[in-house]
Amino acid sequence: MSVEADRNPESSPQQAARDERVREISPVRKALIRPELGAICGTILVFVFFLAVARDSGMFSADGALNWTVVSAQFAVLAVGACLLMIAGEFDLSVGSMIGFSGIVIAITSVTWGWPVWAGILTAFALALALGWLNGYLVIRTGLPSFIVTLAFLYILRGLTIFASIATTRKTIIGGVREAAEGDWLAPLFGGKILNGLFVTLADWGWIGKLRNGNPVVDGIPMLVVWALVLIVAGHLLLTRTRFGNWIFASGGDAQAARYVGVPVNRVKIAMFMLTAFCATVFATCQVIEFGSAAADRGLLKEFEAIISVVIGGALLTGGYGSVIGAALGALIFGVVQQGLFFAGVESSLFRVFLGVILLMAVILNTYIRRMITGER
Amino acid sequence: MTTPLIELRDIEKHFGSVIALAGVSLSVLPGECHCLLGDNGAGKSTFIKTMSGVHMPTHGEILVEGRKTVFDSPRDAMEAGIATVYQDLAMIPLMSVTRNFWMGREPQKRVGPFKFIDFDKANSVTMEEMAKMGIHLREPAQAVGTLSGGERQTVAISRAVYFGAKVLILDEPTSALGVRQTSNVLATIAKVREKGIGVVFITHNVRHAMAVGDRFTVLNRGKTLGTALRGEITAEELQDMMAGGRELADLAEVLGGTV
Ligand SMILES: Nc1ncnc2c1ncn2[C@@H]1O[C@H](COP(=O)(O)OP(=O)(O)OP(=O)(O)O)[C@@H](O)[C@H]1O
Ligand SMILES: [Mg+2]
Repeated sequence: MSVEADRNPESSPQQAARDERVREISPVRKALIRPELGAICGTILVFVFFLAVARDSGMFSADGALNWTVVSAQFAVLAVGACLLMIAGEFDLSVGSMIGFSGIVIAITSVTWGWPVWAGILTAFALALALGWLNGYLVIRTGLPSFIVTLAFLYILRGLTIFASIATTRKTIIGGVREAAEGDWLAPLFGGKILNGLFVTLADWGWIGKLRNGNPVVDGIPMLVVWALVLIVAGHLLLTRTRFGNWIFASGGDAQAARYVGVPVNRVKIAMFMLTAFCATVFATCQVIEFGSAAADRGLLKEFEAIISVVIGGALLTGGYGSVIGAALGALIFGVVQQGLFFAGVESSLFRVFLGVILLMAVILNTYIRRMITGER
Repeated sequence: MTTPLIELRDIEKHFGSVIALAGVSLSVLPGECHCLLGDNGAGKSTFIKTMSGVHMPTHGEILVEGRKTVFDSPRDAMEAGIATVYQDLAMIPLMSVTRNFWMGREPQKRVGPFKFIDFDKANSVTMEEMAKMGIHLREPAQAVGTLSGGERQTVAISRAVYFGAKVLILDEPTSALGVRQTSNVLATIAKVREKGIGVVFITHNVRHAMAVGDRFTVLNRGKTLGTALRGEITAEELQDMMAGGRELADLAEVLGGTV
């Protein structure tokens, strides 16, 4: 998304008489100073870096690009939920456990119990939304920090998932979902690919490579990537252009002040917990349909990866400030670095070092940018 | 005689054994600025909180435009046109002026099946309303955190006025401000009054009160010492009443009349 096309809807050029004391800000500066600036710089930096060190590794060929695109999309799906929740002033540490839980629910219902896969998927979404609601309700009711409440759910859900999986199948990995999903109407929405024809044509033109069997190396855009794009665009519009978006900012910025003017803060926060759970289940479903199996330990540490993407994207940990586009770029940085180091043949343990350094740099830069925008001291 | 916009009769408020208000009466006429003065702990904040529905009075009655009314919540009072700008303002510094101005009442426009905030309208109204109060924003997308204290007061006041306040209560709006910003806020009060809105202006500062007040009520230890009209009372007399008179006069002697 270009910076120009995404011009802040709030800045309209028309204005009344000017105060002689306010310094004019150049349009260039105004376009640059935005919450996503840090993430935009980071994205450029990361791409320049890998173009320099890993250009010949196949990282930027069609299949290489698809590889890091899918990984980034995984982070992005979770980051959108985590971003809106963080702006509303809360955290959800149970995202990773929710991923494992939803996956196992789908596998148990469809494979072990023999339900149609669509029914299993809908059950997983219903349960996840209910758990998201419960998270939110407990946070609101007890007034405890969401950090603690969702930390409890991190353990509760993980434990329940492993227990349920072993109790029903004596295993922690349940396979056979792919066979069960054969011919299902809902499963392709999570596991399929689109634009297959386009890639076949591109391969015929010789723009992208072909495998030995004549198929193009990339035979379509995975649905996970489509989900990521849809969630990013919808989340961005919701946050910046709608009344509800204004309430998300207000709930995280100062819940008491928001209540004074009639913003339904509790409802907003609970809805955001449910959105986070929804995103986790989208992630889980895509993974289960693609791998054809569910494992009780899936999604470990995903909550932190989502939060890191969001923070790289310029959101304020204490709420009230942030950007979905920024979070999506944070996810892209995360995905490109993780896969890029692999392409560049760097020892994989160094990934964490890299990540830590990027996180620190991003937070420092973002703090500086935010102070310029908000006049915060 | 015009009916007061709001009239409070013989209000008492007890917090357990603490008697914060012991029979206070006050009325606000359209277009007047009624100053409520008093020392720390005199009960000013408690009194306006009963007026704005935060506290239920232990005793006494409230009449809105002549009709007896009970406020169960701040929302009730808001709906009756009683708007309060608290010291802490209820503004969110991280958000833009427009977003703050419209918070909770965002104007919407339909785009296909969706409803989006009508930013064109929101921005132009915000700029206009602020300009009416003499503040020219650089742009409406500017964060409230970048405004000065006086400008923030003005955003809060113009928001209340725009959304139809009949009575505007200001709890010590000038206490944290410098000279120039104080005069901005006082000018804003004068403008609000011209619209026929009744203003209740709470302050410790007699000079600020004398600058814009039409009537003055002094509270002391939960009691009214009386209401005076402009021109009937001097700044010195007000000052004396606030401090309970005697002690201050003694102090003034010691300090050579500088208090
Ligand atoms: N919620 C409460 N519970 C118990 N006592 C209270 C409560 N609110 C106020 N009081 C008491 O009522 C008295 C009046 O307080 P109030 O805040 O109304 O004073 P004030 O005139 O606004 O003072 P200041 O100028 O310092 O703002 C004080 O003695 C205070 O301790
Ligand atoms: Mg007070």
